[in-house]
Amino acid sequence: MSERFAARAAAVAAVAAKYADEVDSDARPPLEAVEALKQQRLLSVSVPTQYGGEGATMRELSDIATTIGAADANAGMVFAMHHSQALILWRHGSLAGVRTTMRKVLEEEWLLGSATTERGIGGDARRSNCALEYPAPGRVKVVKDAPVISYAEASDAILVTGRVNVDAPDSDQRMVICPKGEFHLEKTGTWQALGLRGTASDSFILTAETSDDMLLDDDYGTISAHTALPTAHLLWSSVWLGIASSAAEQARSTVRRQARAAIGFPPPGQLRLAELMVDLQSFADTVRHSAEHFDRVAGDPTALGSISFALSMNAVKVTSANAVVDLVLKALRIVGIAGYRTDTPQSLSRQVRDALGAPIQINNDRLLTNNAPLALMAKVDL
Amino acid sequence: MSEHTYGDRLAIREALQQFGRLNRPVAELADETDLFSVGFTSHATVNVMLAIEDALGIEFPDELLNRSTFVSIEALASAIEISRGQA
Repeated sequence: MSERFAARAAAVAAVAAKYADEVDSDARPPLEAVEALKQQRLLSVSVPTQYGGEGATMRELSDIATTIGAADANAGMVFAMHHSQALILWRHGSLAGVRTTMRKVLEEEWLLGSATTERGIGGDARRSNCALEYPAPGRVKVVKDAPVISYAEASDAILVTGRVNVDAPDSDQRMVICPKGEFHLEKTGTWQALGLRGTASDSFILTAETSDDMLLDDDYGTISAHTALPTAHLLWSSVWLGIASSAAEQARSTVRRQARAAIGFPPPGQLRLAELMVDLQSFADTVRHSAEHFDRVAGDPTALGSISFALSMNAVKVTSANAVVDLVLKALRIVGIAGYRTDTPQSLSRQVRDALGAPIQINNDRLLTNNAPLALMAKVDL
Repeated sequence: MSEHTYGDRLAIREALQQFGRLNRPVAELADETDLFSVGFTSHATVNVMLAIEDALGIEFPDELLNRSTFVSIEALASAIEISRGQA
């Protein structure tokens, strides 16, 4: 991994690992890991250098997400989701309120959440029912019935999408930053899931009113294509890589123990382990290569808006989501009964359950459906 | 020198004798002899590692799993010390 942030990422991972089982069983946000992220100044790490930040590249964010994700996928996901929102601030915003929010991230390590899905739109974040309203000059208001807002109650600000006004079609969306103190959350359901239980992706009716300089400059279609979607896919994939690597580590440790018991007579798992390592290497290469791809074109709107870029970012998500499920199940076979049990140090219970969400949260089939017409128009970039 | 030094070196020599596939008897080797100059191979290091781990009840950390750890009995002894420190 790149050296610049390795020690700070490892410090957060150590805290995240310590509380991972409790976060999972209580289905609560990884608050200790969030505190560690703030202490290590890793929530502001992506703020560009020209604004006084450290300017972490997508490749560097990817490395950090993997390190934390290997310790606790919930903490990794919070890191991932926060940065895919944070990047929006300076890539798509210039108004005074947006700049103030960026400074809050930089100076006070604000944690950013997002509310993009909504009841009645079938999980398509590129459509909104709710509309932004302008109750007084300089003010903007929104009420959103959101089936999930991850770690909403721990967020210092939530980025919310809505139709640009009450007369706009459902795809004509803008995004507004709602800082704490200016939004109200009414909980309508709790997140009780098989895995990633600590993302606390509860349901809320969010009501917010804030200053209209909290609006992002670009329409949400552009924000989504250029930043929100590719960075979410890349950073989630990086977390999944972390889950896979921690399962593979458990497999390696198991085979090493078996090998010690009969030196010179390799246990059957050794071949399976060799195969697992090949899969993990190719998974890692895919994720890191794609992160570097984003870094290369990050400032080029034409490249970011191209069909081949959209296809490749969807591809890394689909590939990674399938790979993590495959890898943890292969690791489980190798680790055997100690991994299947939930009360052993070798248990893979969390890794298996956390991985199973990957092809479902933003369903792979939805992405493939989105890719299907594009696939007729563009070749794969080789 | 720690309390383990004598036992560690004995365990290393035992492991090399049994699994090292060296082209000279281990008894003839000095602690500083370059093991790779007497027929040690990277494949053989795996079983030597496992045998030492098993004999001493330790586990070498990943950062020590490289060629320089296995270059001599001396190097292995200090790797064992480091592994113990991390356990």
